[in-house]
Amino acid sequence: MNLSVQIGKLTLQNPVMVASGTFGYGVEYAQLLDLNQLGAVVVKGIRLHPVRGNPTPRTAEVTSGMLNAIGLQGPGVDGFIKKYWPFLKKLKVPAIINIWGKTVDEYAEVARRFDALGGVGALELNVSCPNIKEGGAQFGTDVKRLKQVVAACRKITELPLITKLSPNVVSIAPYALAAEEAGSDALAVTNSYPAMAIDIETRKPKLANGTGGLTGPCIKPIAIKLVWEAAKVVKIPIIGMGGIQNAADAIEFMMAGATAVAVGTANFYEPQTTLQVIAGLREFMQQHGLKDVREITGSVQTAK
Amino acid sequence: MLEQTVQIVSNERDTDSYFRLVVRTPRIAPLIQPGQFAHIRVLPLKDALLRRPFSIFQVSGDTFSILYKTVGQGTEVIARMQAGEELSVIAPLGHGFTVPKRGGETPLLVAGGYGMAAMYLLAQRSPQKGIVFVGGRRRVDILCEKEFQALGWDVRVTTEDGSHGKKGLVTQPLIAELKRSTKGRKLFACGPTGMLKAVGKIADDFKVPAELSMDEHMCCGVGVCLTCVIPVKTADGPRRAEAHEREGGWEYQRTCTEGPVFEAKEIVWEVTK
Repeated sequence: MNLSVQIGKLTLQNPVMVASGTFGYGVEYAQLLDLNQLGAVVVKGIRLHPVRGNPTPRTAEVTSGMLNAIGLQGPGVDGFIKKYWPFLKKLKVPAIINIWGKTVDEYAEVARRFDALGGVGALELNVSCPNIKEGGAQFGTDVKRLKQVVAACRKITELPLITKLSPNVVSIAPYALAAEEAGSDALAVTNSYPAMAIDIETRKPKLANGTGGLTGPCIKPIAIKLVWEAAKVVKIPIIGMGGIQNAADAIEFMMAGATAVAVGTANFYEPQTTLQVIAGLREFMQQHGLKDVREITGSVQTAK
Repeated sequence: MLEQTVQIVSNERDTDSYFRLVVRTPRIAPLIQPGQFAHIRVLPLKDALLRRPFSIFQVSGDTFSILYKTVGQGTEVIARMQAGEELSVIAPLGHGFTVPKRGGETPLLVAGGYGMAAMYLLAQRSPQKGIVFVGGRRRVDILCEKEFQALGWDVRVTTEDGSHGKKGLVTQPLIAELKRSTKGRKLFACGPTGMLKAVGKIADDFKVPAELSMDEHMCCGVGVCLTCVIPVKTADGPRRAEAHEREGGWEYQRTCTEGPVFEAKEIVWEVTK
């Protein structure tokens, strides 16, 4: 039974990874599960400089999901390399570094730093964080700027590039195509949905930021539609994510067109979710007589 | 830190809306240090997915307990659960209290409401006995007074309505005690943020060290989501950050990982909400 998949020139032993921002830098979960069982570890978004992040409260629980507006708190490239890279580079599975910047040049500079580091599995370009004023979704909701970011990083590095697209667009197709044309090796679909919750006693938003990004099982059907739409227009692999809690959810994303999947919010409440998804995927393949996990990708039967 | 599905041994009403829950978990119980917490997934809850953090109250053999108040949908469902039912627990978590050494500082414990729960193991494992100041709104908010007396500690009770102990705030008898003497004394506190802030100020005024267990909204509990952060002093803010990120000389640290216990003098109160 083959579970391995290909993201550009990067081979994953199985298609199950984690979503950036829900797994820290991997080391935090090392006591709770064997990270070497995963397809890849994807770290929280890193820009060139350390970032303090947004005021609190930063998250709020909502029905079947949560809102967050963390503001990409992080140690910056140097802090990350010093504090977290020694652990990550020893893993047997690839570490994918999620990067962002406030300008195209910053994206390129961060890409250059990680290219020079050696041993990085892939770079994921975060052009879709809804919770920061500059950078992030600013690039992911403008086809021209999206192309500039991807092309600038492509020029710098031969590392596989994954472009993490924003769901906050009328149609994802032009963005998916733009990333592919600019040289992205894969797409990550999708990031959180802009959303809001209000405390009716205090009449204040539940997040200090006012609004945040909605994630968790409540977004799964919308994310699956985006994967399906993107898969129709691009040839590069898609990493599907949005509310995956179990193997059935992951298989749905794959049938919609995802080559690999990422578990996000579920890591927060059930750290074993990734391992359960991998086990469930094997079981499904056995039950359905599938020898290769890639047979699932895009196998949804819809009228064209 | 371990994750386990555990069985409820007992789940009983303490007073009013406070409950005591005991779970059996032979692998986790021996690891628990004073001031640490358990992150509990309430398995019967189907559309409220996140775990809930609880201070660990008592540890006995292969069990530990929590003391909780029904305040929302998670605790209301737990309150209806019975012996034999299961919960998912990740524990022990967090950086707890520094247990006083024999012949070291005399601990003065300050607790508000169910903040008392986080203090029990500290009092039990401290070779130095001291004073526990416990406060609440009404008589029913004063928890486990007898347990602390049984440990041989001096328990000073205050209630805001005067229905039990002295009428007033828990900080009043604390201030009176520190006016008597501050020598060799150290404060340990757990309770609502307003109380912790007041204790922090008292520690500063009287120049005594204080460790505060911060109560922040949490999500993952293991340090990845960055929900439960509080502003903590750093030499010059995060190094190599852009100027506006260094203003005020502080950074956000995680209550679940660097905390929940912080030294009072580290916390930048003017930035907290």
